[in-house]
Amino acid sequence: MELALSPEDAAFRDEVRAFIRDHYPEEMRVPNPETDLTKEQSLLWHRILYEKGWIAPLWPKEYGGPGWSITQRFIFEQETSRAGTLPPLAFSVTMVGPVIYTFGNEAQKKKFLPRILSGEDWWCQGYSEPGSGSDLATVRTKAVREGDHYIVNGHKTWTTLAQHADWIFCLVRTDPNAKPQSGISFLLIDMKSPGVTVRPIITIDGSHEVNDVFLENVRVPVENLVGEENKGWTYAKFLLGNERTSMAGIGRSTRYIQKLKQIVKAEIPADDPVHLEFLRDIARIELDVLALEATELRVVAQMARGIDPGPAASLFKIRGTEIFQNITELIHRAIGNYGLAIREHPVSANRFMPGPEHAHTASEKYLNSRKLSIYGGSNEIQRNIIAKAVLGL
Amino acid sequence: MDIQFTEEQELLRSSVQRLLRDQYDFEARRKIVASEEGFSRTQWEAFAELGLLAAPFSENAGGLGGGPLSTMIIMHEFGRHLVVEPFLETVVLAGSLIEHAGTPEQQQAFIPGIVDGNKIWALAWTEKVSRFDFADVTTTARREGNDYVLSGTKTMVIAAPWADYLIVSARTSGDDRDRAGVSLFVVDRRAAGLDLQSFKTIDGRRAAEISLREVRGQLLGREGKGVVLLEAGRDRAIAALCAEAVGAIGELNSATLDYSKTRKQFGTTIGSFQVLQHRMVDMFIAHQEALSLMQHLSLNLSAGDPGLSRLASGAKSKIGYAAKFVADQAVQLHGGMGMTDEFNVGHYFKRISSINIQFGDPAFHVLRYAQLDAAA
Repeated sequence: MELALSPEDAAFRDEVRAFIRDHYPEEMRVPNPETDLTKEQSLLWHRILYEKGWIAPLWPKEYGGPGWSITQRFIFEQETSRAGTLPPLAFSVTMVGPVIYTFGNEAQKKKFLPRILSGEDWWCQGYSEPGSGSDLATVRTKAVREGDHYIVNGHKTWTTLAQHADWIFCLVRTDPNAKPQSGISFLLIDMKSPGVTVRPIITIDGSHEVNDVFLENVRVPVENLVGEENKGWTYAKFLLGNERTSMAGIGRSTRYIQKLKQIVKAEIPADDPVHLEFLRDIARIELDVLALEATELRVVAQMARGIDPGPAASLFKIRGTEIFQNITELIHRAIGNYGLAIREHPVSANRFMPGPEHAHTASEKYLNSRKLSIYGGSNEIQRNIIAKAVLGL
Repeated sequence: MDIQFTEEQELLRSSVQRLLRDQYDFEARRKIVASEEGFSRTQWEAFAELGLLAAPFSENAGGLGGGPLSTMIIMHEFGRHLVVEPFLETVVLAGSLIEHAGTPEQQQAFIPGIVDGNKIWALAWTEKVSRFDFADVTTTARREGNDYVLSGTKTMVIAAPWADYLIVSARTSGDDRDRAGVSLFVVDRRAAGLDLQSFKTIDGRRAAEISLREVRGQLLGREGKGVVLLEAGRDRAIAALCAEAVGAIGELNSATLDYSKTRKQFGTTIGSFQVLQHRMVDMFIAHQEALSLMQHLSLNLSAGDPGLSRLASGAKSKIGYAAKFVADQAVQLHGGMGMTDEFNVGHYFKRISSINIQFGDPAFHVLRYAQLDAAA
């Protein structure tokens, strides 16, 4: 399904397509880019986009954004996602960057933004804590002012790719006596500071994506406070709004449905009654994607006309993640007995995996994508948001 | 993609809305359904006066040239008001078959009667064992001079008791399920040898079983092209039914939401319960997705997209499942009220249940969607 594009936008689409085709690093085309690449490898595409000036589609031109229209941003998102490119690290470009240029001071903008764009700094997100998941406003990590520093103590968890990170942006409690939402500040912490410890959390797929981050008497210069003290909740909500854009994941789901069809064709004889069952399940999920894609295009068309989409991002997050979870589950079912095997991490081409190559990542993808309905504001929280904002409940 | 309506389309929408708001509220509809005929000729004339019966026809055929998008707009509003008058049967089905397959003489003979509201049509394709298969036809047609003579039985012919003319599918060659042996015929509903037994449908309409004994009819379209014509007609009907379903979904959602904000149990409004809030969010999402797909289908129909028939089946199943989900939940969340004949929610439930049967249920269409992909 395509937006009706003006000749300029169509030319832009062709340019993006050609650029991806000619420049996406072959080295990054591995079975599971999210887990199989080193830090350096996963930054290759980031650097190429940076050189091209396309690394930060959301950002205003003055901070290094490309100055694209809403439609152009959507086209870029669509083309990169359809081509299966690994998106640049969201925590840096999509999340902390906009917070810094929107709420940070000049010194912070000067210090951090260029290094985010170039990929020199890798950021991770210090939001969740063992006692603060969906109820984020209850964060307990404490920051106590002592002269020109905050002394930070606490425990952050589910911190994605903290093992690679140079910096962490944290929600910390600066006023223990205020109401939960009003005593929080937004603090930028150097991961090399004494007192920062990262401990891996291995997830059910065997991969190491998330971590515990312990902060023990970490001294953070006051200049690393973003915006005003105790206003961090405002910035956090702003950031979560950015996090959910592009959650529909149409390009990714479309690619995985193609993969699913090939696997079903290869693995299940056409005269097996199960074959028809799969055809029906695939058709239903294709239609789920089609309806979501049509909704996404409808919202993009509205936004291009200046209409506020409301909490459309919550709808995309809910449906996009439900759909992708279903697809990975169908793929895992389709490979039959091979679904018992799982690759070991860290992966190595030398380790034996049974079954056809297309089955090798099915188990880990199925297991790993259980996270989708939980992170970034669980799907239940997204439903709460729609219930309140749209339905007025 | 979101449709930015043209000025004419906006005007069409607001005038249908105004007419139905003024003259077709739930009480008015109840009286119409309970009347002897079961539909309102006065309303039908009002539709004609407003140009609704002319809207989708091309200007050459004497219409307003609004195409499938005008059908979508009209049917969406009709869905919101549970309109029972046979717009789908007369304009969308028969009208478009005549416009697409009729000779210039047939177009001149029949379309003006549709446009000015004087003649009502029904489409007789279903037979006792045909289920959703257009090719499963045992009614026969034998050529006699310029005319054909039809014999057999058609069933579940919606709007037939109201109709002046029928379009009937009949076998001109081949065996029971031979696609290339089916042709379409125009038959006068009062023709000699035609016997009609009426009955009511679950959604407040009238339908009939029709027996044909040596009934004279004239060929519509080329001989042997009946199934192809019916399939294209079904695609157009599906787009219209999807719009109607989406209109009904929207009404059910707002009725349910309103009810949840006023109905109190356990000392509070039931809308404050999270389990119901999340249910209503899923109903909202189902509506948004169905609306998007409805627009996508009608835009593709307007553009004459080659993959249209597969898309139509896909939309029929996806929107059908969505509508069924919303209708089930609307009745459930209304508690006993949703079960009563007095309250409108149950009537939307029944209309959606009918839509999901007409021209193939969601299960039929999802398999057709899958098989057309496998065939491609």
